[in-house]
Amino acid sequence: MPLVKGNAIVVDEFVHLADDAELPADGAVLVSAERFLADPEKALSRKDKLGVIWPNNRDVDDLLPYLARLTAVALVFPVFRDGRAYTQARLLRERYKFRGELRATGQVLRDQFVFMLRAGFDAFEVKKQSDAEAFAVVAKRYSVFYQPTGDGRVTAFHRRLMHLPEGVRS
Amino acid sequence: MTSPLQQKIKITGPSIVTANRTGDGAVIYRTPSHGWSVKLSDAAIVRTADDARALLAESVADDVGAVGAYIAPVEIGEDGIQPGNLREKIRQQGVTIDLLVSA
Amino acid sequence: MYAYDELDRTIVNERVLEFRDQVARRLSGELTEDEFKSLRLMNGVYLQLHAYMLRIAIPYGTLSSKQMRALAHVARKYDRGYGHFTTRQNIQYNWIKLAELPDALADLAEVGIHGMQTSGNCIRNVTSDQWAGVAPGEVEDPRIWAEILRQYSTLHPEFSFLPRKFKFAITASEHDRAAIKVHDIGLRIHRNAAGETGFEVLVGGGLGRTPFIGKTINEFVGHRDILSYVEAILRVYNQYGRRDNIYKARIKILVHELGIEKFKQEVEEEWVQMRDGALALDNAEIEDIRSRFFYPKYDKLSDTPDELKKALQNPNFEAWYKNSVAEHKQPGYGIVTLSLKPVGGPPGDATAEQMDEIADLADKYSFGEIRVGHEQNLALPHVARCDLPALWRALDRIGVATPNVNLVTDIIACPGLDYCSLANARSIPIAQEITRRFANHDTANLIGRLHINISGCINACGHHHVGHIGILGVEKNGEEFYQITIGGRADENAVLGNLVGPAVPFDQVADVIEDIVEAYLALRQRPQELFVDAVKRLGVEPFKERVYATR
Repeated sequence: MPLVKGNAIVVDEFVHLADDAELPADGAVLVSAERFLADPEKALSRKDKLGVIWPNNRDVDDLLPYLARLTAVALVFPVFRDGRAYTQARLLRERYKFRGELRATGQVLRDQFVFMLRAGFDAFEVKKQSDAEAFAVVAKRYSVFYQPTGDGRVTAFHRRLMHLPEGVRS
Repeated sequence: MTSPLQQKIKITGPSIVTANRTGDGAVIYRTPSHGWSVKLSDAAIVRTADDARALLAESVADDVGAVGAYIAPVEIGEDGIQPGNLREKIRQQGVTIDLLVSA
Repeated sequence: MYAYDELDRTIVNERVLEFRDQVARRLSGELTEDEFKSLRLMNGVYLQLHAYMLRIAIPYGTLSSKQMRALAHVARKYDRGYGHFTTRQNIQYNWIKLAELPDALADLAEVGIHGMQTSGNCIRNVTSDQWAGVAPGEVEDPRIWAEILRQYSTLHPEFSFLPRKFKFAITASEHDRAAIKVHDIGLRIHRNAAGETGFEVLVGGGLGRTPFIGKTINEFVGHRDILSYVEAILRVYNQYGRRDNIYKARIKILVHELGIEKFKQEVEEEWVQMRDGALALDNAEIEDIRSRFFYPKYDKLSDTPDELKKALQNPNFEAWYKNSVAEHKQPGYGIVTLSLKPVGGPPGDATAEQMDEIADLADKYSFGEIRVGHEQNLALPHVARCDLPALWRALDRIGVATPNVNLVTDIIACPGLDYCSLANARSIPIAQEITRRFANHDTANLIGRLHINISGCINACGHHHVGHIGILGVEKNGEEFYQITIGGRADENAVLGNLVGPAVPFDQVADVIEDIVEAYLALRQRPQELFVDAVKRLGVEPFKERVYATR
């Protein structure tokens, strides 16, 4: 499954670690939330990058104490129609100021790329090769956005107001 | 939503598989030659649950040509194959009301 | 009405391009139906019995004449010459081809019309009072807020894959013409004790399999806070709404299962963290949206011009005038309702020709503006009273001047089994037969205000639960049967109707309605006692007796 980061397909430095596999001394690994929470310090004590795969039916609050020390958080779309990870992503980025890699996993399809980017995802385990190849083009599908999210884009509301000279509107 | 292939299939009489054509939404019927026809008279008839399941499976596999395939009852009489319930009658013959304009 | 600017148009155009690409990938097989279905639904494309159906949004029920002509054009070019206006102020086309959809949507995009989010598990068309901005006594024009909510909810990255659909309605009048109490979020604009304008927020209303009247979650949320408050509600719903069972996935179920107090607690815990964030609205933003709404320059006119006085001598004109013209906030003007319920016709339908004519009449008599109501009628919101006689003649000629607004033949009906793949039974022929039985206008006037709502299945698109008389189509042994309820209301006193008795077969429904009406006429205390009030006073029993005595 191709990984897209920075609008292009990249080699994935992370390995998804099975729950019953030994934690390697080095190498970037993604571990399940269950495994991580069973002994977070053990996982975090390694010198190399650590990411946690967080299920979409669990509050991200439980991950808060560790966020600053995590390289990556992977969120899950079990089916693309299940939109809970969008909320989780926004909370992690906007409320909890998570700055590491925020990865979308599960059924990640082309027609949700823009929503995911806006919600704060910056890495994508894309289901279809052709979708991964089209990422850069698809990401530019929309140029106007109504709602403020953490992605820094100026909303339509504000773009309009920016054209106003000071104090003109009655 | 359960896949039509996993749902319990019960046949109470002669049945066909029907769907809508992807491009224009027209009502279509699965034929014995693994294709689709807009004419009910061309439809493949199944009479057992196993045959129905098989016919449905091959119909559903044609995801490009057809949408929403399902098993529907028919009646076989002197006039050939007829729709087996009101819903299929409406699908075959059109709305039962007078429109403001002619359809 | 709101004037789309370049930014609004860009989004619609970008959406059309995206959908064109999605349709192409579907037709080539690159997208499976399973992957495509949610995408097409989010553009308002359904699969019905005979064909695809396209549902186009008419934001808060306001249309320009130019937009109406575009709707007529689509009906003519891509469909079978007519469209159907729905209970959510949308229009539906029943015979659209998928392959032609991108072109139809491109044609509509040129006038700022689209099908975005008219289906799917996202935020749907924000509906409002069809008399917004012109009804006397309104606190402010609710459409300003409907537009703010429309923009807020369009392509919202967090809330495009909710557990289920999500519907808003908003009103600013004491008399609720927008049925806010049966919406997922209902907003009532009002003034608090300090004289400030703000929103009463209701949640968890809805019809369908498990109908609920909405509950007040907050009596007063100010202008500044309404978007962040709404976002908090949606966020709680997105996270905790059920996704295991589509029949239990609406917010009404979550509110019911948690209880309104616990639900409010969850929402306000979330809200307190976001209320001072980016969604806080300042006056500049609100006024910017308000400034884009066009309001007519009304003339100073008499309420009783000579043309009107003279025309009132014509009994037909008088009947229409008394029935279809409502008081306007501006002296000398009236709000004119155009009945799309001709006797024997399918309720809520209009032909392309009618749409074009109505557009012309709007230009001539209503400052180019038309409204769509959830009762499936249209309105011309700014008609000078001196123009009423000429307008009436024109409306009568095109068949939209039946003087039956709010009467027994002004039936609200879903498309039913004639069109809809969800239906168990037909609804339109039931409506048609009822209108034939009560075709006599004097009879209809004698009966007075009586809302009949017909749904062809439990999804309740006809809003039968809240009809004065509600008719629900069900299937029994392959036959069409109908359950009849009475006493429902959709307005500020919203309440669900009660079953009169066992379901009756297709060909008895009109008889039953006649019996119910007869019972009402016999039992009402005085002619001014409305049907729905008589039912409240008497209960179901006397009606049940009358209907089922010989059945």
